[in-house]
Amino acid sequence: MSKPDATAGWQGMVADWSGDRAAFRVPWGKAMMWIFLLSDTFIFGSFLTGYMSVRIATTAAWPNPSEVFSLTIGGAKLPLILIAIMTFVLITSSGTMAMAVNYAYRRERGRCAALMLLTAVLGATFVCMQAFEWSKLIAEGVRPWTNPDGAAQFGACFFMITGFHGLHVTAGVIYLSIVARRVLRGHYERGGNYDIVEIAGLYWHFVDLVWVFIFALFYLW
Amino acid sequence: MEAATHPIGLYLKVWLLLFVLSTFSYLVDFFHVAGYLRWMLILLLMVAKAGLIVAVFMHLRWERAALIYVVLAPPACLLVLAWLMWLESGYTFFTRLLYFR
Repeated sequence: MSKPDATAGWQGMVADWSGDRAAFRVPWGKAMMWIFLLSDTFIFGSFLTGYMSVRIATTAAWPNPSEVFSLTIGGAKLPLILIAIMTFVLITSSGTMAMAVNYAYRRERGRCAALMLLTAVLGATFVCMQAFEWSKLIAEGVRPWTNPDGAAQFGACFFMITGFHGLHVTAGVIYLSIVARRVLRGHYERGGNYDIVEIAGLYWHFVDLVWVFIFALFYLW
Repeated sequence: MEAATHPIGLYLKVWLLLFVLSTFSYLVDFFHVAGYLRWMLILLLMVAKAGLIVAVFMHLRWERAALIYVVLAPPACLLVLAWLMWLESGYTFFTRLLYFR
C-alpha cells in the first residue's frame, strides 16, 4: 500500500526523491523529453551567452538589427517586419499544438491530427521565411566572418543561433508529421495511449520558447 | 490525464495573450524606445511570454514539484554563466579600448 498523496510542494518533492522508487510520476517518455529539453536549454543558453560576450566585447559598432532586418513593403520601410510575422506564426503554431494535445486526450483523433498537421504547416512556413531572410542577408554580403554594416561577429552569431534554431524547427516539422500520420491511422487507438502527442508537443513548445529568447535578445537588443 | 480537463478556451486565451505581448515587444522597437526603459520592457515581455508558454502550453504548472524543480533549477546556472561573462566581456572591451585601437 502506498501512502495517500497528501504531500505536495516542497514536502512532496523530498518524499518523491527519497522514496527509493521512481522520482517522476509521469510516463517515462515525458520525463526523458523534459531532460532532453533541459540539455537543449543549456546549448541555446550557451549560444546566447557567447553572443552576449562577443557583442559587449567588440569595439566596432554592432549592426542595428532594426535596420538590417527591415523590409520595404509598398514603399514604406518597416523595421523587423518579417521577424515579427515569423514570431506570430510560431506562437500560433504553439497554440494549435496545445489544442492538439487536448484533443488527443479527449480521443478525438481526427481533430488532433488536423491540428498537428496545421502546426507542422505553420512550422514549415516559419522555416521558409527564415530561408528567405538568410538569402536576403547573404545577397547583401553578410557572412559569418564579415558584413557590410559593422562588427564582424554579427554574422557568426546570426547564422549560428538562427541556424541551430531553424534546424530544431525543421526536425519538429518532421517529428509532428510522423506522429500526426500515426494518430490519423489509429496507431495509438489499440493501446489507447496518446502520451506521444503531449511529448511531441513539449518539443514543439520548446522550439517556440527558444524563439522568444532569440527574438528579445538578438533582434530587439 | 488531467490535461484533458482543461477547456480549449484556456489555450485560446493564452494564445491571444502571447499575441498581445509579442505585439508590445514589436512596438518597443517600432517606436525606438531606448535606454533602460527599452531593456526593462524587452526583458519583462520576454519573461512573461516564456512563463506563459512553460506554465500553460507545456503544462508545467500542473506537474509535481519533483519535475518542476528539475526543469527550472538547473537553468539558474546559466544565469550565473551569463553574469560572469557579462563582467568578463566588459573587461575585454575596456582592454581592447586601451591596447587595440
